[in-house]
Amino acid sequence: MPHAIAAEHLTKQYTIGQMAHETMIRDALAKLVRRPFGRRNPKDDTTILALSDVSFAVEPGGVVGIIGRNGAGKSTLLKILSRITWPTSGTVDIRGRVASLLEVGTGFHEELTGRENIYLNGSILGMKKREIDARLDEIIDFAGIGRFLDTPIKRYSSGMRLRLGFAVAAHLQTEVLLVDEVLAVGDFEFQEKCLSKLENLHQSGRTVLFISHNVAAIEHLCPRTIWIDQGRVRQDGETKNVIRDYLAHFSGSLRTGSNLADIQERKGTGEIRYTGIEFLDVAGHLKPVVRSGDELTIRLRYNAARSLHNAEFGMELHTDKGTHVASICTSVSGWRVPYLSAGEGYVEVALEGLNLMPGRYSISLWASGPTRKGWDVLPHCKTLDIEPSDFFNTGKGVDGGFGLVLLPCRWGLHVDSEPAVAMSDAQGAEK
Amino acid sequence: MLLRWWKNTWPYRELFFFLAWRDVKIRYRQTVLGAAWAVLQPLVTMLIFTVLFGRMAKVPSEGIPYPLFSYSGLLLWTYFSVALSGGAGALVGSSELIRKVYFPREALPAAPILAALVDLGVGMILLVGLMLYYHASFTWHLLFLPLLVLELLLFVMAVSLALAAVNVKYRDVKHALPFVIQLWMFLSPVIYPTNMVPERYRFLLALNPLTGIIETWRACIFPGRNMPWSLLEVSIGMTVLIFFLGASYFKSAERAFADVI
Repeated sequence: MPHAIAAEHLTKQYTIGQMAHETMIRDALAKLVRRPFGRRNPKDDTTILALSDVSFAVEPGGVVGIIGRNGAGKSTLLKILSRITWPTSGTVDIRGRVASLLEVGTGFHEELTGRENIYLNGSILGMKKREIDARLDEIIDFAGIGRFLDTPIKRYSSGMRLRLGFAVAAHLQTEVLLVDEVLAVGDFEFQEKCLSKLENLHQSGRTVLFISHNVAAIEHLCPRTIWIDQGRVRQDGETKNVIRDYLAHFSGSLRTGSNLADIQERKGTGEIRYTGIEFLDVAGHLKPVVRSGDELTIRLRYNAARSLHNAEFGMELHTDKGTHVASICTSVSGWRVPYLSAGEGYVEVALEGLNLMPGRYSISLWASGPTRKGWDVLPHCKTLDIEPSDFFNTGKGVDGGFGLVLLPCRWGLHVDSEPAVAMSDAQGAEK
Repeated sequence: MLLRWWKNTWPYRELFFFLAWRDVKIRYRQTVLGAAWAVLQPLVTMLIFTVLFGRMAKVPSEGIPYPLFSYSGLLLWTYFSVALSGGAGALVGSSELIRKVYFPREALPAAPILAALVDLGVGMILLVGLMLYYHASFTWHLLFLPLLVLELLLFVMAVSLALAAVNVKYRDVKHALPFVIQLWMFLSPVIYPTNMVPERYRFLLALNPLTGIIETWRACIFPGRNMPWSLLEVSIGMTVLIFFLGASYFKSAERAFADVI
């Protein structure tokens, strides 16, 4: 099978003991004198297995995301693939020229001008002078440093430096590109620029391996994702599935349903009791992960002690900081339950587009009769973790720093002297 | 193995140039005298040595005017010491690069060694000036000089590769090097001729490749002297041997650079 990248049984072991001691000749000599014929004392060597038996292959033109927590081995993997470090065992086979971007602007020299640094940095990243010559204008344009081109970069702002670094890297013309978290830096506008550049890259048929914490960015760019956990490939497959399981693993919300029957802290007269709550997707399957923008159906199981007339069901949503976000109930929504027979059953409420910021929420439930007399009241009986998503279909994750809710929106621009610009749907094609 | 090295390294040939070019650009930036420093350093040393060793200690210089004798040696020596201290510290000085980007690592020690050639070139101008001043004759022997520089380059590269690699793991190199360089000068025929040393110790001196290089260099500039062929042969042999050892140590240590540095 033809491949662009093939990694087989990659294992990388770091010896902590070796790095901590013995970096002075004195120590090495002392050790030699102490035990001239002995083997290394195994107690001195605390080893860490950064990668363990990692295998995968990427076909030419494939764009693959790699996710995993800090310290899971993602960066070690990238360093091995880009030949910065060697695996303890295992092999890597990469067809074509490789460029790796572990950091932008590596190798910049303060005293050199922007133009000189473009050439220096470009050649460090493996570009030929001819290639840099050909793309110089594009690079300068992308970095937006025009007027400062012949100024030493020690006079540059950190933002300019960053833009210049990315501009050089983005114009690498290699068959294989390995990218690490470059989006984690820079301002919003810059991230936007990087992202659209990365998008162009893979449209040009190049093989890209993209490492990020940013689930939204991976989802936006990569059809396939590999999840690295504790140095091993935990899952490798369609991004949608991998990310769902990855998020589920950390939020611990795989418990998609919960039993409410045994909760003691409840009020109400007991004509009806909630017995369970479940989160479902559109198709009616249990939903392990709930993400911003998702359609969510909440199923409330109950047990009615006797047949009831004009029952009302409702719930409240609070943030983990206690802010009351929303209330929904049957009567306000205009939905009536004139008659309910005794025994078990469930009510469902479908939320079309859960436009809440990622975070932890709590759900409180109540049920009552026509006189608003509480039959069953369960304060904060279930937590709902909402995970980040590519809500605006731009690849940018959003978090609580942006407020409480996500508002689907369309923007327009009108300049008095010009014809109107068409409104664009900011929530993207899938909605 | 050599073929694979070549295939790996050839695409990066321009990097060697760019790194050297960076070193040249930076070296004299924000200095008033600029490239004049390249001449000033051996010139001032030559003047001091001429007074100390030429006039006061009366070190023999085999009929060559002592200033010209010592300057011709100092020119090569200055190149050697500048290139070596740059080359040996090159890996540690670029640890950020080593941790973040792949490229043939030998480009790092090679850069200061290539860059120092510019200084050598500038210093040559003064050598020619001194030769004119002392009415030295210009003969076809001078055509050997570039070959001697090539051997010197290879030798500095060999020692730099080894020391740079050791320096990654043992920073002791940084402290030992200035001292070693100082001693090395007195063990090379920079300020004295080889035949000042008793005959039976000369072979020890010959093991230092610089001996053959400097002696041959002088013999080319002052063609009245005999060409020290045997010294040169030993020197070339040692250079090749040390280059092989230095390069293979560098290649074997290379894999751990990013982890240890």
